[in-house]
Amino acid sequence: MRNHDPQFNQFGKLHHFLTLDGLDKETLTGILDAAEGFTGVNDKKIKNVPLLRGKTVANLFFENSTRTRTAFELAAKRLSADILNVDLVTSSTKKGESLLDTLRVLESLQSDMFVVRHSDSGAADFIARHVSPSINVINGGDGQHAHPTQGMLDMFTIRRHKGDFEKLCVVIIGDILHSRVARSGISALVTLGTGEVRVVGPQTLMPADVETLGVKVYRSIDKALQGADVVMGLRLQNERMTSATIPSSGEFYRTYGLTPERLKLAKPDAIVMHPGPTNRGVEIAGSVADGKQSVILEQVTFGIAVRMAVMSIIMGHGEAVREAEQAAS
Amino acid sequence: MNHRVSGANAATINFTMTHYKSDTVDKWLDCMQQSLQLVVSSDPTVAMIGIKTGGVDVGKHLHKALNMVEPLGELNISFYRDDFSTIGLHPVVGPSQVPFDVDNRHIILVDDVLSTGRTVRAAMNEIFDYGRPSKITLAVLVQRDGHELPIRADVIGHSMHIPEFEHVSLDAETMSVTVGKRSE
Repeated sequence: MRNHDPQFNQFGKLHHFLTLDGLDKETLTGILDAAEGFTGVNDKKIKNVPLLRGKTVANLFFENSTRTRTAFELAAKRLSADILNVDLVTSSTKKGESLLDTLRVLESLQSDMFVVRHSDSGAADFIARHVSPSINVINGGDGQHAHPTQGMLDMFTIRRHKGDFEKLCVVIIGDILHSRVARSGISALVTLGTGEVRVVGPQTLMPADVETLGVKVYRSIDKALQGADVVMGLRLQNERMTSATIPSSGEFYRTYGLTPERLKLAKPDAIVMHPGPTNRGVEIAGSVADGKQSVILEQVTFGIAVRMAVMSIIMGHGEAVREAEQAAS
Repeated sequence: MNHRVSGANAATINFTMTHYKSDTVDKWLDCMQQSLQLVVSSDPTVAMIGIKTGGVDVGKHLHKALNMVEPLGELNISFYRDDFSTIGLHPVVGPSQVPFDVDNRHIILVDDVLSTGRTVRAAMNEIFDYGRPSKITLAVLVQRDGHELPIRADVIGHSMHIPEFEHVSLDAETMSVTVGKRSE
């Protein structure tokens, strides 16, 4: 039931964007269609639209991430919203202020939307449950849990290049265990009815229950790549590894690195994706990252349109809640 | 040609629908074409932009009939509407495409139905984000009652005086127009 899902408001509309789990195909397709519309914004001399004029979006980054923060910042600016970058890595939370107190302060600054990045899984969900109901929350990545806007921009990139998901074979390579990008990607790929989703990586970096997500697990990268339409690399998340899960990055590259020779096993027109930042010579060869089949930089560009779509869809749904609150007060 | 059809159970439901077949609508389009011919012949750089989706359907007919040089532009005004705060984001019908320079150009803006004028306002705001046109001429297939803004069309295929609750819709496939209660 949608009522129990914190992502939906009392009117049954998507109000927060925390995870792609539990969102149906129609919702995901709606976001992709809206993003398609926003790609046209770049063609204009004045590259913004007046949709969120007068709204304030606060970027709450409890974990550093220049690329995600700037992507959200640019998306908000293109929508004519005011944007507040709150650096929480070095501020009051370090001085002992509780997360809830920090939230109350930020609410008092009259924000309409929080974009939350946190190193703990579940942080965005916690914040969504405790903020004032008129505020929309977007998860900009929480621990090992989810990175839903990255998942959607990956889907957008795949749809742009390959069209119908049902006919596709998608391979995800590497550190599946620590990757919120992989988790969100798998969830969306399965919901959108992708023909086959394969994951491949060292057993130590593979979640125990990964088959239950609806994917096929491969041990051999060469076998996994055969006949693939889409090859998704992942960053080796050294900072999240608490024990020795791989012998060395050189060893990882020899066994699971995406080399030009290996890429030849996939379909000749296969696209290569990576959420960035790429570790060249660790999970991907430089010549593959820069090669003809790479769409890595396109992913970054599409990320703006996709985030504009998510922001305007949920902010639009938030308006109904804000009106109901005003009427009640 | 025009069929005033009463509802199946008119005594209790009391609705009527008026259907304008394609031969009637063709005459409206001819009428628009004649007016626009003068504009196009006097200025060869003039370009046409249709508002998605009905305005693009009407625009395609006119653009072809007028033998225009520049390709037809298409506007998706979802991001410029003034009802975001009450309705939220409208269904998005693909990106806007304006494949020519708008600066100092005479633009013929086309829509299927002009009623409140809010769509045209949104479209003009969007056009100005592409550049500063020298002139905008508004051409609509149907101008109906219900104006809420000081916006009127320059070129009109057909004028209708109908109550506000009635809805005018264009079927692009058959190029026919139906007037009746808004379907839920």
